[in-house]
Amino acid sequence: MPSKQQRLAKDSAPKAASRVVVDERDDLVVRFAGDAGDGVNLIGERFTASYTAQGNAAFTCFDAPAEIRAPAGTLAGVGAFHVHIGGTQALTQGDSLQILFALNPAALRAHLADLEPGGLLIVNSDAFLPEELEKAGYTTNPLTDGALVKFRAVGVPMNQLNREAIARVKVSPREAERCRNFFILGLALWLCDRPPEPTVKWIRETYARNPGMIEAGTRTLKAGWQCGEACAELSTRFRIRKVHVPAGRYRQVLGIDALALGVLAAAHQAGLPTVFTAFPAPPASDLLHRMCEWKQPNVKVIQAEDDLAALNLALGASFGGAVGVTATTGPGLALQTETLGLAVISELPCVVIAIQRAGPADGMPGKAEQADLWQALHGRNGESPLIVLAPRSSADGFATVREASRLALRYMTPVIVLTDTTLARNAETWRVPLLPDLPPFGVAHGVPPNRGAGSFLPYQRNERLARPWAVPGTPGLEHRTGGLEKEELTGNVSYDPQNHQRMVEQRARKIAGVADELPLLEVNGPPKGNLLVVGWGSTSGAICAAVKRGQEQGLSVASAHLRYLNPLPRNVGEVLRNYRRILVPELNTGQLCSLLRATFLVDAVSLSKVQGQPFLVREIDRKIQELLQ
Amino acid sequence: MSVGTLPLLTPGDLSSDREVRWCPGCGDFSILAQLKRVLATLGVPRENFVFVSGAGCASRLPYYLSTYGFQGSCGRAPALATGVKLASPNLDVWVVTGDGDALSVGSNHLIHALRRNVDLKILLFNNEVHGRSRGQASPTTRVGTCTKTSPEGAFETPLRPLSIALAAEASFVARTIDVDVNHLGDVLERAAAHRGAALVEVYQNCKIYNDGAFDYATDASIKAETVIHLEHGRPLLFGKDRNQGLRLNGFEPEVVTLGHGITIDDILIHDEKATEPTLAFLLSRLIGPHFPECLGVFRSVQRPTFQQLLDDSFRQGDPPSSLASLLAGDDSWVVA
Repeated sequence: MPSKQQRLAKDSAPKAASRVVVDERDDLVVRFAGDAGDGVNLIGERFTASYTAQGNAAFTCFDAPAEIRAPAGTLAGVGAFHVHIGGTQALTQGDSLQILFALNPAALRAHLADLEPGGLLIVNSDAFLPEELEKAGYTTNPLTDGALVKFRAVGVPMNQLNREAIARVKVSPREAERCRNFFILGLALWLCDRPPEPTVKWIRETYARNPGMIEAGTRTLKAGWQCGEACAELSTRFRIRKVHVPAGRYRQVLGIDALALGVLAAAHQAGLPTVFTAFPAPPASDLLHRMCEWKQPNVKVIQAEDDLAALNLALGASFGGAVGVTATTGPGLALQTETLGLAVISELPCVVIAIQRAGPADGMPGKAEQADLWQALHGRNGESPLIVLAPRSSADGFATVREASRLALRYMTPVIVLTDTTLARNAETWRVPLLPDLPPFGVAHGVPPNRGAGSFLPYQRNERLARPWAVPGTPGLEHRTGGLEKEELTGNVSYDPQNHQRMVEQRARKIAGVADELPLLEVNGPPKGNLLVVGWGSTSGAICAAVKRGQEQGLSVASAHLRYLNPLPRNVGEVLRNYRRILVPELNTGQLCSLLRATFLVDAVSLSKVQGQPFLVREIDRKIQELLQ
Repeated sequence: MSVGTLPLLTPGDLSSDREVRWCPGCGDFSILAQLKRVLATLGVPRENFVFVSGAGCASRLPYYLSTYGFQGSCGRAPALATGVKLASPNLDVWVVTGDGDALSVGSNHLIHALRRNVDLKILLFNNEVHGRSRGQASPTTRVGTCTKTSPEGAFETPLRPLSIALAAEASFVARTIDVDVNHLGDVLERAAAHRGAALVEVYQNCKIYNDGAFDYATDASIKAETVIHLEHGRPLLFGKDRNQGLRLNGFEPEVVTLGHGITIDDILIHDEKATEPTLAFLLSRLIGPHFPECLGVFRSVQRPTFQQLLDDSFRQGDPPSSLASLLAGDDSWVVA
């Protein structure tokens, strides 16, 4: 016998349009949670596309199940697609969840805590059977035991309504099950007032060779929409305010994909062969997969036997005249310490894309942290400065990797791109660059002998203190380099005390001098004031949103974001001194904060979070309020 | 002399201006001399040679050559050299390493360079001791040898570099000895001619920390009894009168003396081109005093190099997408 809620959703007469309230807002956070096999990704991606195609920005992430093949219906097997739709920018996952679709009891149990009080909860009531409840650890049915009173909960018999919608279409049982995703999507589109037509078109194109699926998918999509129209309990539709975005081609780009495209674009701009290497460790392995998939004639992709080999392969390639690039994680970067030192002293270009995850050691793979900043800046023996950059968003990985490559070649130095799991695994809306946006770097090797009588000085420096890139195969430039200290100019092994002092200083001045060509640090907000919130990496979105809130309340607060962590932009000290207080939110215990205090003698305050999760806007907001009281 | 046979280089052209700083009497001097002699005959211009090394006495060798050289971190030379070769496949890339360098820190990289069949010539100077770090036991130090870290005699089972190389699917495996300059030169020439990964173990005397370790193989009065010179297609005979040989007894090798019913037909024939490296592995296990030790080419087979396989793999499957189409992705939209 159908429950009361099922009857409501299915049988009630169409409600009067006047009873539907429109909730118009600047942004909206929606999550589709179900069993890993349910296809929540498909629902989420099409739902997101219904916004982004109209120029809205979206931040999306997929919360994959903890286990690779966890049993269906269990908490471990829950996967979720999360989307934050905004106007022109949606740089965070959003603080609170307005709509949660829970496709089974396990999904409800795993995600309910994130739904805001009064938030809209839509559950697949067909899945709340005794054995499913038991698998999720419920002893009573949350749909009926009063557990959901804080929320606007609506039960929809999705399996049944989907079955009815496609009853007359010939599709396999598996396809019929897959169609349920379109039912849910139809309902979501109705809720958010998105036209269903683009999705109908997408179904037609995607299943061009399967007329049954086109028919079934379209019917059940419409049935989902009708369900929204009919269900009296669904009395609110959401609408996001119109936005204006610059003309151009746009796409959603996953952080990992932005990094991979950055490597390919840098190879194009360098005009040199590139050797990309990695040892498989998540999430760097995702980048390796992408590089294997997106093969290019000028890029060789090698799976190395370990992280040490990965960087040695890349560095050997750089010695050989190619651009060596490697991808790794925090633990892998620890292994690469040794080779980075070799790259520093031999003064060869290479790029290390290091994706931080919660540590130490294996820590929590797949969880975000920013605790490898000191490792990147200082984690080597001896005085071994190098360039460290950090993308501020998932899409910014593209520009950051290209910038890293350009600087590595221009200064003959290793460069670390320090990103994190959050940025790598999330996606955001991105304006697709055109090839003319990617001009050549203008690097050249094969310099002629740089001293009289045809002899060659491999460590003679140019105006930027960079040495020549003398590539094997070039007559007249034969030289020996390596890990031992070099005599100035000649590069011969030297243990001379004064020479070592000079070489250490020259290598340091070379990297410090990069600051001369870096863009100055900009502040978002008043140029002088009571509080400056400084961040780096993936905290950018949450910081910007929190500071904007403070500014809207009339607080004297500004934000600044550091993409260049070594060297720092030239005006950092000056900027910091324009504010009474400095706040540095970080997903570590205060690494940048300590650096700013030590370097600029400012009384910066740290806001630390090490939970494997990104900052919520309200966490930073609260600290801003506290400091400005 | 006709122009066609005129060598591009003389051994002297291959000397750098650096003073060679090995200890007097070190076996490395002989190896360096033979190496320069062989390199000069290869018809390869000097700028196309790259010598890559790690840490230790052997790894100083690149500094004494006038070619391109890169001395990396301890043990990593096979990986570094693979990178050089990936960047520029036409270079003639050599790795110079020692037993401590290649088999302590670097064993993983060595194995993988060999299995990939990267076109590298790897010279492993085996003196069975850590020399540069002043005389500790190495992974090849024989049981009973006294060193600073084995004052009562080494007790750990030594590695056999050639057995490891064969297990790692090396396509060229050879052993020679520092003082037998003709043999050394011949083996280096063979290695240089090989396409793919070549591992050459050179028994090398460390005058200071393990002097005389290979006397049994160099002492003219006994070496005929302690060494077999491998020759492809020839029976594995040794001894002053060449009347001793190796034969198989089940899976075990045994030393036999010709006569008394044992004929030349009972003796194993060396086959460096065998598809399976079984015989080569068996020979790599032979060690004194119960067996003679083999010098020469254990294995020399052709299989595709890493570079060839990489190129083939690239050509398989779908042709590459253009950068522009990768940037646009599968699902983009235009905002006017």
